[in-house]
Amino acid sequence: MKITTPEFKSNAVEALADENLQKAMGHVQVGFIEKRQVAADGLPEFEALRDNARDIKNHTLAHLDLYLEAYSEKVEQSGGHVHWAQTAEDARNTVLEICRKAGAKTVTKGKSMISEEIGINAFLEDNGIAPIETDLGEYIIQLRGEAPSHIIAPAVHVLKEQVEEDFRAEHTHLDVDRNLEEPETLLDEARTVLRQKFIDADVGITGANFLIAETGTSVIVTNEGNGDLTQTLPRVHIVLASIEKITPTLEDVSQIMRVLARSATGQELSVYTTFSTGPRREADVDGPEEYHVILLDNGRTNMIGTEFQEMLRCIRCGACMNHCPVYRAVGGHAYGWVYPGPMGAVLTPSLEGVEKGGNLPNASTFCGRCESVCPMRIPLPKMMRHWREREFERNLNPATQRWGLKIWAWIARHPGLYAFGARIAVRGIATLAGKNGRLASLPLAGGWTKYRDLPAPEGQTFQQQWRVRGGK
Amino acid sequence: MNQPKVGLFVTCLVDLFRPNVGFSAVDLLEHAGCEVFVPPAQTCCGQPAYNSGDRTDTRTIAEQVITAFEKFDFVVAPSGSCAAMLKKHYPELFQDDAEWQERVTAFSDKVFELVSFLTDVMFVQDLDVQFKGSVTYHDSCSGLRELGISHQPRKLLAMGEGVELREMKEPDVCCGFGGTFCVKYSDISNSIVEKKTANIEAANAELLLAGDLGCLMNMAGKLAREGKTTKVRHIAEVLAGRLEAPAIGEAK
Repeated sequence: MKITTPEFKSNAVEALADENLQKAMGHVQVGFIEKRQVAADGLPEFEALRDNARDIKNHTLAHLDLYLEAYSEKVEQSGGHVHWAQTAEDARNTVLEICRKAGAKTVTKGKSMISEEIGINAFLEDNGIAPIETDLGEYIIQLRGEAPSHIIAPAVHVLKEQVEEDFRAEHTHLDVDRNLEEPETLLDEARTVLRQKFIDADVGITGANFLIAETGTSVIVTNEGNGDLTQTLPRVHIVLASIEKITPTLEDVSQIMRVLARSATGQELSVYTTFSTGPRREADVDGPEEYHVILLDNGRTNMIGTEFQEMLRCIRCGACMNHCPVYRAVGGHAYGWVYPGPMGAVLTPSLEGVEKGGNLPNASTFCGRCESVCPMRIPLPKMMRHWREREFERNLNPATQRWGLKIWAWIARHPGLYAFGARIAVRGIATLAGKNGRLASLPLAGGWTKYRDLPAPEGQTFQQQWRVRGGK
Repeated sequence: MNQPKVGLFVTCLVDLFRPNVGFSAVDLLEHAGCEVFVPPAQTCCGQPAYNSGDRTDTRTIAEQVITAFEKFDFVVAPSGSCAAMLKKHYPELFQDDAEWQERVTAFSDKVFELVSFLTDVMFVQDLDVQFKGSVTYHDSCSGLRELGISHQPRKLLAMGEGVELREMKEPDVCCGFGGTFCVKYSDISNSIVEKKTANIEAANAELLLAGDLGCLMNMAGKLAREGKTTKVRHIAEVLAGRLEAPAIGEAK
């Protein structure tokens, strides 16, 4: 996927002017935020479960190599195959190789952000294999030729009226007078169209919410059942997962699942939780003949042992972006790569480099709402600040900004000089404002006054007045 | 407790733009039985440098603040953001420095935001709040999420018999200020503050209050630009009854 994160600012300006997007983003409030709150309030032990979930993943990350090896061994024992992919390219090539061996023409897909990260759809198409997204949201954006704008609600930026338009344009074999005004009728239509595709597909690709080390099992949680059809009907099932999805035991997974759906959609559990362990066994009535797991690194091991290691606890619930004022203002596409919102602001520079991703950790008010809802207690603002430090150390921010900061910091270190300058500045600005009490414009303050007035200073600093009154 | 000696960390914005908030803080602290000192060697808490990734300058500024304030029983700031910087973030700056570690911990333990200091440390039980009318309160992010300030300002406001609190929708959502964010990403900041001023207006209160001047100036500046009539003040001004000064951004 082409990264447009360096153009985040202009992406954002476009997004702010997009009326459909702005209307669609308004739905996040009720759809996610309120439901999550009800779910969290409904479980007295929710905060304790968050601690537990954090501790489980911390333990796992501290012994990641051991658990990965144990997992791999179990997968092989159950008749599956494990492929280690250091880069996105390695993963793409492995998928293609498996598909070619299976003589695949079409591939059905369950929702997977890793498949977005490695850009598998375009790659398969270039190689003559048709990928078919089966999650409703993913199906919609595939029709629209777009990338997901949210990690669990890929089409959250699309209005249902737009979906109707897309369906009418694409599904030309259906009755033109059919009713497509309700989400239910849209869902029914997608189901009808997809049914045969599930049956025809040669290979099914899913992601994984968890990989269980003790059993060699991959776990997906979904609400539509499309993931189950994707992984049981085709002859070959490929699980695409990044290495940090590993979790030691079934018990650990069930602990973390208690915070996952509640944080994501406000559900106690997703509608489907599906466990896959190896290919079909002799007595099984269905299931794939081949079971492959591709374990993707793509820069994650470089995060181990750094101040960004904690980011690898992320379970991709999307709560951080749902609660982020910046995400809500600009939507997911403005972020310019696979992962939007606060988690994307930390992960994008980690995986794609701070030179490309540096805009994102800067575009935060540090309001901290993301961290306050993160089920894994990932200190997202702190890590965004760490990225700013890396940028500053490497002189990556604009020279005017650096110099402005240096001069300000120098003055701030000299209280006498600071007080002197402050007295002059506040008197000057107060004089400019006159009796108005505020300024509609001020030289060098255009970033502020473009959108808001500047309340004028009283005219004398507090320190000045305090000394005059004989304060200690 | 003997009369506690409180070092008032005025904050740069109050010092420059709104001394009335500083004097309100002094009144409130004295009413609560404190002796108030204002060390002249204070400028800023260092957040602009800290949040721009400049740790070296931040640390120098932090050392200056600690040196100027560590002799007091308490350090109080009329801002959740600056207080959180001193209390929560300063210790991180000295993590690898054994010599400073003890000093910074002793210092940070004594730091409080004004309103929560009054309720949680000085246990202020009665306050003669003169203001009569309706107010709506914005929970500034740092104070709310880093220091747990939420019920304290409401509790103090409720001590005024004539104060009617009209909660706005999403009082705990960011106003879009974010320090340098509001000028570096002014378009996004504008979109965020527009949602905020719409919620403020819908609350239909005479007065918007908050505990942080940065957020207040952002919201007051936007309300003024939009021609909305809600007046804006720091909560300390209302609690201390220092209402002679025009509201923030209001004509003299």
